[in-house]
Amino acid sequence: MGAKDQTRRQPAELYARDRTQHPPALTEGYKTSVSRSPQKPLLSLEQTLSEVTGPVFRQSDLGPLDHDLIKNHAHDGDPIGERIIVHGHVLDENGRGVPNTLVEVWQANAGGRYRHVNDRYLAPLDPNFGGCGRCMSDDNGYYYFRTIKPGAYPWRNHGNNWRPAHIHFSIFGSAFAQRLITQLYFEGDPLVDQCPIVQTIPDPQAIDRLVARLDMNSAIPFDCLAYRFDIVLRGRRSTLFENRLEGN
Amino acid sequence: MVPTLGYLKETPSQTAGPYVHIGLAPAQAGQAFAGKTISNKLAGPDTPGERITIEGRVFDGTGTPIRDALIECWQADANGRYNCHEDLPGGADHDGFAGFGRCGSDFETGLFSFETIKPGVVPGRNGVQQAPHISLWIVARGLNVGLQTRLYFSEETAANAADPVLNTIEQEARRQTLIAERISTGDVAVYRFNIHLQGAEETVFFDI
Repeated sequence: MGAKDQTRRQPAELYARDRTQHPPALTEGYKTSVSRSPQKPLLSLEQTLSEVTGPVFRQSDLGPLDHDLIKNHAHDGDPIGERIIVHGHVLDENGRGVPNTLVEVWQANAGGRYRHVNDRYLAPLDPNFGGCGRCMSDDNGYYYFRTIKPGAYPWRNHGNNWRPAHIHFSIFGSAFAQRLITQLYFEGDPLVDQCPIVQTIPDPQAIDRLVARLDMNSAIPFDCLAYRFDIVLRGRRSTLFENRLEGN
Repeated sequence: MVPTLGYLKETPSQTAGPYVHIGLAPAQAGQAFAGKTISNKLAGPDTPGERITIEGRVFDGTGTPIRDALIECWQADANGRYNCHEDLPGGADHDGFAGFGRCGSDFETGLFSFETIKPGVVPGRNGVQQAPHISLWIVARGLNVGLQTRLYFSEETAANAADPVLNTIEQEARRQTLIAERISTGDVAVYRFNIHLQGAEETVFFDI
């Protein structure tokens, strides 16, 4: 089975990434970007097999509580905080569900403190909360996990900057070039508009797509609230005659 | 007017922030999952191919090693096959080779490393072969969008000279920023690959 094997299937190419939907590299309001942003333009490349393929994960790779942040670090009870379900679909730009893809999340506890050696914020750790979870989307791209709503916290940027409550998301898709990390914010949080990291995104409509909506239909009465958050990854072209990556 | 065609727009990227390890490298953050964790070891004992180690640092514009970066890699096996359904139908995780790994920079030294096998030649477009390479994705606090780049191997002089991606880089000197230097040989060859986010040695990053 050599590299020239003509039976080799070529996954379809991805739509070009619309950079207007993303923050630029250099955003002076977010100070850390100043010395870390590349100064030369990105080099545009045609896609090859290396970009249109990506790693495969399976439900069997996960533990039974990986999607339940209320229970997956509990020692002598549940964590403090507002109990919530976060759910939605991983979609592509064609509006189709992205099935069986790995979604990883991490977050601060209800007091705004991360369980991380480098977080020295004065709010206490919660012995029953780890703040990390992961799940696989199902055959339709649907995903869900259960957690507590994270707290806001101050960070060293401008004098009095506070991060709005947020959950970090990492999503794979089916191609390495679809790889995405983003953050979920909560509907109605007044800190969203003030946050220099949120405001790295120039388009207000794009910011709005990072704001999860309160979803009372999915809340569980007398138990927990729910927020809905759909994620969109780059879509694939279906016009195969343009996709002969190997040629002949 | 794209919206009238019914396409959705990609979700905007946000920085991975300083605590990315909690979610993506929980062992480094001092946590454990019950299931399988993604590590910087890509190859199992039965994986065919030349064993190699890649190590390096990510430097900011002041020349300081970044100690909170996270690097992911995706590569073909020794035969140039990617471990996914399209390229190896039914063969995912063949011979213990995931093809995918991730590593957080060390909190003290900034060093990252991968233990893997050297990938084979991968077909490119229009029948042109690509030199052996590993695709990399770098995220960190201060990076608003993950950075895509590639690692090539210093001893592949002829293949690198003919590689269509390296040849797309107009400034020839900048091609060197993608070539890992083989610094020791033995049972496991070691390559050094430093990534520079800014400055004269700025690594070539891609929009793919």
